Amino acid sequence: MLEIRDLHASVDGTPILKGITLTVNAGEVHAVMGPNGSGKSTLAQVLAGHPAYEITGGEMLYNGENLAEMDAEVRAQQGVFLAFQYPVEIPGVSNAYFLRAAYNAKRKAQGLDEVDPMEFLDLVEEQLKLVDMDPAMLHRSVNAGFSGGEKKRNEILQMAVLTPSLAILDETDSGLDIDALRIVANGVNALKRPENATILVTHYQRLLNYIVPDYVHVLAGGRIVKSGGKELALELEARGYDWLLEAVA
Amino acid sequence: MSTTLLAPALLSQATAAASAQAPDALRAQREAGARAFEQLGLPTTKVEDWHYTSVASLADASFVPMNGDASGVTAEQLAPYLFSTSWPTLVFVNGVHAPSLSTIDALPDGIRVLPMAQAMTTLGDQVARQLGTAAPADRDGFTALNASFLGEGAVVHVAKEMVVDTPVHLLFVTTDKGVGGMQHPRVLLYAERHAKATVIESWVGLTDGAYFSNPVAEVMVEDGATLNHLKIQREGRQAYHVSTIEARQGRDSHYVSFCFTTGGQLSRTNIYTVLDGEGCGTTLNGLTMLDGEQHGDVQTRIEHAKPNCFSRQIYKSILDDTSHGVFNGKVFVRDIAQQTDGKQTNNTLLLSKTAQVDAKPQLEIYADDVKCTHGATVGQIDQTALFYMKSRGIDADMSRQLLTYAFAAETLETIENETIRDELEGVTMRRFTSSD
Ligand SMILES: Nc1ncnc2c1ncn2[C@@H]1O[C@H](COP(=O)(O)OP(=O)(O)O)[C@@H](O)[C@H]1O
Ligand SMILES: [Mg+2]
Repeated sequence: MLEIRDLHASVDGTPILKGITLTVNAGEVHAVMGPNGSGKSTLAQVLAGHPAYEITGGEMLYNGENLAEMDAEVRAQQGVFLAFQYPVEIPGVSNAYFLRAAYNAKRKAQGLDEVDPMEFLDLVEEQLKLVDMDPAMLHRSVNAGFSGGEKKRNEILQMAVLTPSLAILDETDSGLDIDALRIVANGVNALKRPENATILVTHYQRLLNYIVPDYVHVLAGGRIVKSGGKELALELEARGYDWLLEAVA
Repeated sequence: MSTTLLAPALLSQATAAASAQAPDALRAQREAGARAFEQLGLPTTKVEDWHYTSVASLADASFVPMNGDASGVTAEQLAPYLFSTSWPTLVFVNGVHAPSLSTIDALPDGIRVLPMAQAMTTLGDQVARQLGTAAPADRDGFTALNASFLGEGAVVHVAKEMVVDTPVHLLFVTTDKGVGGMQHPRVLLYAERHAKATVIESWVGLTDGAYFSNPVAEVMVEDGATLNHLKIQREGRQAYHVSTIEARQGRDSHYVSFCFTTGGQLSRTNIYTVLDGEGCGTTLNGLTMLDGEQHGDVQTRIEHAKPNCFSRQIYKSILDDTSHGVFNGKVFVRDIAQQTDGKQTNNTLLLSKTAQVDAKPQLEIYADDVKCTHGATVGQIDQTALFYMKSRGIDADMSRQLLTYAFAAETLETIENETIRDELEGVTMRRFTSSD
C-alpha cells in the first residue's frame, strides 16, 4: 500500500528526514517510535502533503502512485488520513459542517452523490458513540475550546467518518489519561480492516498495550535506526532510547 | 480652521437655496445647518479623524438634491433587501419617501413609524425639539450639510415599557434616476423608558452610477430601554456614503448597533454614543467586506460619562483586491466614570497583497478604576488551518472560502434577531462561495 524509499525532506533548507525506507502493506499496523525531535511528525506531515516540507530525495508510492505529486486534498480523497499531533482550532466553522464537507469531498472524488445535512447527521451518530462524544460537540466550532482529550477524540471521529485506507496517527495518545486513551484505542481497533493500514506514531509504549502493532520502527536523527516486532517496543520501554542512539552514533 | 476647509461652492449654493425654501418648522434648523456648513466645509485629510479618508473627490463632484423619482421601481426589485415582507418597512426611493412601496399600516402596538414630513405635522414640537439634540448641526461639515437639507427621513418612536419583537425596517434605495443626486435624510429613533425594539436602516444602490448619501441618525435610548440598531450599507459601487449615528443613553439602557458594510466607492460611518446614565451599556459590532477599489471607513466613539457602564466592540473587515479599510475606535472615559468596563476587538483579514487597512484603537481614560482592553490584528488566511482542512480532503478554494466565512461569522453571530442574522450570514457565505 505504501512504499517509502530513501526519503529525504527539509524544512526551510534544513534537512530533517535523511533517508527513510519503509513498506506498509494492507492489514498491517506499524508503530513509529523515537525520541522528541527525531522527525516523527515531519514524516507524518510529509505523507499528508504539508507544503512547508520539501522533498529533496527518494520517493513515496501509495498504491503505486507517486504521493509527492498529489496535493494534500487529493491524498485525503484517495484515503490518506493524518490525525494531527496538535489538532487545529477553526473558530466559526462547525464540526458538523466541517465533517460533512470532508465526507462529501471524498464522495465527490469517488463519483458519488453528496449527502445532505440530515442524512449526514444520521450517519455520524454511530461514529459519535465509537468515540464516546456528545452530539452537542458537532455544533461547536472545530476543536475551538476543546480539551486535549476532546481534540484527540475528534480526530478519531473524523477518521471514523472518512474511513481512510492509510491512517497515520501522530501521537494521538500523548497527553491522554487512561480512560481517554482506551476510548481512542478502541476507536482505532474498531476501524481496523484487512484492506486498511495504520501507522501509529508514538513516544510511549503505553498505547501499544491497546493497539498491537505488527512492526515497530525506531526513528532517530531522521533515519529508521531499528525495526522489529512488537517486542521491540517493550525493550524500548525497559531500556529507553539511549542505547540505540549510542549504537548508531 | 480655514486651512482645512474645502470650499465646495456648489454645495453652499444648494444649502442656501434649501433654507430659503424651508417650511416654517424647519427653517431655523436649515439655516443653522447652512451657516455651519459655510464655516466648516468638508474635512480634509489634515483633520485627525479624516486622516485616512479623503473626500476631495466628493467635494469636486456637483451632486444636486435627489428628486424622489420612484417610477419603474417594483416590489420585486426590493425583495432581496427586505429581510421579511411582513415587517413594517418604510421605503425611500431616490431621497424621498415612497408610500406605495412602503408597508407600515399594520404596526405592532406601542411603536410609531412615520416619514419625517408626516411626523412634523402629527408630532410637531416633539420632533422639532429632538432634531439636532444628539447631532448638532455644527458637529462637522457632513452633519451641517444634512441639517441644511432637513426634511426627509423617518421617526421611529417606541412607547415606554413596550417590547416590540418585530423589527422595523427603513430602506433607502437609489436607482439610475438618482445618479448625480445627493440625499440627506434624518432618522430619529426614540426608545422610551424600558422599551425594547429593533430598527434596521438599509442603504441600497440599484445603480452603478455615482450619487451621494449623507444620512444622520439621532438615537435616544431612555432609562432601562434596549434598542437594536442595524445599519446595512449595500450602496452602489460608485456611491459616496457618509453617515453619522449619534446615540444618547440613559441609566441601565442598552444600545446595540451592528454595522454591515459592503457598498460604495467611498463610505464612512461614524457611530458615536454617550453613556450618560449609570449601569448602561453599548455594543457596537460590525463587518466590512470590500473589494475592487472600494474605500470603507468606520469610526466609533464611545463616551463613558457615568460610572458602572460597559462597552463591547467587535469589528471585522475582509479586504480584497486594492480595497482600503479604516477602523478607528475611540473610547473616552470621563473622570467620574469609575468601574467602566470596555472591550474592543478589531480584526482584519487581507485576501490580497494589495489590500490595506489602517486600524487605530484610541483609549482616552481619565478615571482611575476602570477595565479597558483593546486588541487589533491584521492577517491573512491561517495557513495551518488551511492545511488542516485540505488534509481532510476539502479543496483549497473551498477551504479558503470556509475560513473567510468563519472569520466573518464571529461578528454576525452576535446579531440577536435570527432572520436578520440568517440573511446576512447567507449574503456573506454567498459572497465567498460564488466562483470568481
Ligand atoms: N517548521 C520547522 N522549521 C524548522 N525546524 C523544524 C520545523 N519542523 C520541525 N523542525 C525540526 O525538525 C526536527 C524534527 O521535528 P519533528 O518531526 O516535529 O519531531 P518529532 O515529531 O519526532 O518530535 C526537530 O529538530 C525540529 O526542531
Ligand atoms: Mg511530533
